[in-house]
Amino acid sequence: MGSDKRTNIFRILLIIIAVVMIVFGVMHGEVSIALRKAIKICLECIGIG
Amino acid sequence: MKITREIKRKIIQVAAFGYSNPWLGNFAGGNIYQGNWKQFCNPGMNCYSCPAAGLACPIGAMQAGANSQSYRFGFYATGVVLAIGVVLGRAVCGFLCPFGLLQELIHKIPSPKLHLPKWTTYIKYALLAIFVILMPMLAMDGTGVRSPSFCKYICPVGTLEGGIPILASHPELRSLIGGIFTLKMAILIVVIVGCVLVSRFFCKVMCPLGAIYGMLNKVSLYRMDVDSAKCISCAACSKVCPMDVEPYKVPNSAECIRCGHCITACPKEALSAGFKLNTKESNTIDMKGA
Ligand code: SF4
Ligand code: SF4
Repeated sequence: MGSDKRTNIFRILLIIIAVVMIVFGVMHGEVSIALRKAIKICLECIGIG
Repeated sequence: MKITREIKRKIIQVAAFGYSNPWLGNFAGGNIYQGNWKQFCNPGMNCYSCPAAGLACPIGAMQAGANSQSYRFGFYATGVVLAIGVVLGRAVCGFLCPFGLLQELIHKIPSPKLHLPKWTTYIKYALLAIFVILMPMLAMDGTGVRSPSFCKYICPVGTLEGGIPILASHPELRSLIGGIFTLKMAILIVVIVGCVLVSRFFCKVMCPLGAIYGMLNKVSLYRMDVDSAKCISCAACSKVCPMDVEPYKVPNSAECIRCGHCITACPKEALSAGFKLNTKESNTIDMKGA
């Protein structure tokens, strides 16, 4: 198999993994976890948490 | 006036800085934006506790997922970073990252300019593995409570964009300042001095997001090629590279941020960058025996 073909298969695989991760995360409420963390001042980020 | 490649890149960088930080008015009251856009991750490093920030920091969101879920991993944010990285690789660093632009501006301060040894570029992979993945997953910081360890102990982006403006406008929070804040301020000072002396010091040595995108540079759709029929191995490209890459030897190095300085510098127009399905391996220079 040519290296271009291998790279393209690998790319498609990574895109599929990324989409599965996003869907899994969305289904398990991670979007609202990210939102909740992002809309309050993150004490760890500013150095006092 | 000719609109050069570098001017176009700067326009994109400034636009990305703008969409990342549209809420400048929040600096006055030390508030942060609380709208729904913050459920989406910024492609680059931008602290979500910065008063101006309009999106979530992807590294912060990865750790928040790991801290909150029983399965101890942030699938959503990691998936977003992976998807962006497969398409753009470290072009995010060269074009879209607000902290990348800040570092380029800091580096313009006149001073002697230094180069770091190659091994220092591996530190960011250790920071990614230990502080972004393992510690938030395993609560390894001794407190038993899972916390966003990179944000807590290291991130100079958070100290600069969040810590300083928030503490400046909230005197009541200053009583909480302790050893960790001192540590983070020391890291910030090292990073700022580092960026004056070394081009993109934080990107080269410390950034966990750059580490992820760097690993994806080899396969990303946005990539660089060398035309071996044109290249005369003069190394003019390597001399101008802010990331100490040798693009005529390794055009898709994990360190390359796709800034394009090398493309402009090449006297033979041997380098090109763009979205390509074809890796054109036959066109890269065979360095065996070089
Ligand atoms: S390495 Fe990190 S800070 Fe630097 S440009 Fe890339 S994402 Fe931004
Ligand atoms: S190799 Fe070229 S495009 Fe990549 S960082 Fe260096 S100068 Fe910029």
